Amino acid sequence: MSAIIEVRDVKKTYHRGNQPIPVLDGIQLSIEQGAFEALMGPSGSGKTTLLNLIAGIDRPTSGQVIVGGEDITHFSEGDLATWRARHVGFIFQFYNLLPVLTAFQNVELPLLLTKLGKAERQKRVETALRVVGLEDRMHHYPRELSGGQEQRVAIARAIVTDPTILVADEPTGDLDRKSAEEILKLLSLLNTKFNKTIVMVTHDPAAAQAAKIIRRLDKGRLAEETRPSA
Amino acid sequence: MTKLVTIAVGALLGLGLTGAVVGLVLSLLVILVLGIIVLASGEGVPMIYNIRSLTQRGWTTGVTAAGLALVVCIFAVVLMTTNGVRTTLKATGSSENAKILRKGTQNEIQSGMLPEQLRLLGAAPETAIGKDGHGLASAELVVLIYAVKQNAKSEEDGTNLTVRGVGPLGLELHPPHALDGSMFKAGSSEIMVGKGLVGRYPGARLGEKMHFARRDWNVVGVMDHGGSAYDAEIWGDVDQFEDAFQRRPAFSSVTLKLKDAAALQTLRTRMESDPQLNTLEVKREVDYWSAQSEQLSLFVQYLGLFVAAIFSFGAILGAMITMYAQVAARTREIGTLRALGFQQRAVLVSFVIESVLLALGSAAIGLIGATAAQLLRFSTVNWQTFSEVSFHLHLTPGIVFASIVFAMVMGYAGGLLPALRASRLSIVAATKGG
Ligand SMILES: Nc1ncnc2c1ncn2[C@@H]1O[C@H](COP(=O)(O)OP(=O)(O)OP(=O)(O)O)[C@@H](O)[C@H]1O
Ligand SMILES: [Mg+2]
Repeated sequence: MSAIIEVRDVKKTYHRGNQPIPVLDGIQLSIEQGAFEALMGPSGSGKTTLLNLIAGIDRPTSGQVIVGGEDITHFSEGDLATWRARHVGFIFQFYNLLPVLTAFQNVELPLLLTKLGKAERQKRVETALRVVGLEDRMHHYPRELSGGQEQRVAIARAIVTDPTILVADEPTGDLDRKSAEEILKLLSLLNTKFNKTIVMVTHDPAAAQAAKIIRRLDKGRLAEETRPSA
Repeated sequence: MTKLVTIAVGALLGLGLTGAVVGLVLSLLVILVLGIIVLASGEGVPMIYNIRSLTQRGWTTGVTAAGLALVVCIFAVVLMTTNGVRTTLKATGSSENAKILRKGTQNEIQSGMLPEQLRLLGAAPETAIGKDGHGLASAELVVLIYAVKQNAKSEEDGTNLTVRGVGPLGLELHPPHALDGSMFKAGSSEIMVGKGLVGRYPGARLGEKMHFARRDWNVVGVMDHGGSAYDAEIWGDVDQFEDAFQRRPAFSSVTLKLKDAAALQTLRTRMESDPQLNTLEVKREVDYWSAQSEQLSLFVQYLGLFVAAIFSFGAILGAMITMYAQVAARTREIGTLRALGFQQRAVLVSFVIESVLLALGSAAIGLIGATAAQLLRFSTVNWQTFSEVSFHLHLTPGIVFASIVFAMVMGYAGGLLPALRASRLSIVAATKGG
């Protein structure tokens, strides 16, 4: 199998005044097509930073990030946006739905950046909402949904364009146990049944169990990968 | 020293203002190009997002919209006022008539002429001939009287009214649209008043008496000249007025009916070569009146637009604060849009559109206010003749259009910087947090 995500000697250093703060210190990482990986580590270890680099919303200080064979490291701001629209599905801890749009309209948003016509978009939105089990909540606003339902709408939004990778930062961090389990089950389903490549950052060892591979980040370096004790 | 400071401050303000306007115009070009790119490529943030966001945050949006609406309303009313004054005075007179005054005088009050000149003008071949075979020319005496207003608290609460003495041909040369009552009888103390005066000055009413020039004058007619300046005048027999005001034999002007359209120029040439008439000047009657209106309408326009400009600064600032608040409150939404792949230019254009939409909504409210202002009838003093002119406010399509453009400019000016901030937010910083 080929690597769909390739992180080569990536360093990321923040500066607070004159003080350099190394966050990622030479990360080597290769994630294969169809993988479901969990990124764990103590708070402040750089998990979110690494995920953001992979997702193309941040840039490394040095090194390369290659996704789907494309080196995105030196993309312009505009090219990165176009690239994200095509290749990345985002799942956030706080769902990040637009509160003034309905579930349907939220899921449709990324499709507006494609050339698809209205009818085709509607078909895809309905399919995505069916996958997450919310086709009956299509015309509800986020405030009319539970946290778990909101996150499912967000997942529908992430998969509707059929992106190359899905990135999820603490997708269950704001949910109760039961909703969290449903979300994890959904992610597993997307991975096994729809062959989606998923990179998920989580604090929660129970959540990490849903992944096929767990990687640990500590002080800006990756430790050996492990497989969850199934 | 203080003078220097004043000059420096003035110069800085002027420079800053010019810079702001130039910047605004240049940025508008850039934004327009970006807007076209965004819309043409279909990569824009859907406008429903902006509309709903505006209506959701009802309170702040409402206050800002009210401010913008007020300014748009003021702007529209200023234009309506200027228009009103202009059309009223322009509507005065006929284009078939010529008005003759003494050279170098601005108006009839300053002008003076003699009977021999009337006789020559009446006999001129350019003058149209009436039914009785005489030339249609009428001497008019124009005098100002000070009149205290109806229900005035003091003697000072009054204005100058125009009293116009006209000859027997007067009504034929200036036919009113309607006449309530009758024409004054020659040789009597009868007068007619313009409908603009009725009820506003003591005695200015059919069947009542007005007192001026140490005499009582019976009001036998109320004239309706269709809103023209004549509607604010008092008309009577020129002979009576010459005696009452002790002006005999002089009068102010001659109005005559031209034989045809080309007659004005030949009459002008003839007058120049006649030693008795070359001290006079001839104009088309309508041109005389529109010149009268120019200074007044310009004054109203400058004053009003100055006020509107001052207010618009406040409104732009209000819109800016609202839009900055919107951007701050929606940081995470903006970060999310950017993460999903919406371009910076799409976010920029989206927030500019939102601000312009806010202004357009406000413009609609402001224009409703301006529509209500149409019900009012205004009067003002024409400083050139010191007489009162009353006029209607009319919301014309042109004014509606100008107001909408004005509102859009305010919305744009207020929204540009917040939109710029929105488009430049860091996605990483904007998407995190609860
Ligand atoms: N913009 C920034 N400026 C300076 N330092 C930053 C910035 N963003 C992140 N950091 C620092 O980088 C380090 C890694 O942050 P990151 O958000 O990647 O951690 P994390 O592993 O996701 O932590 P958590 O589990 O708490 O979410 C932290 O020490 C943080 O303080
Ligand atoms: Mg994190």
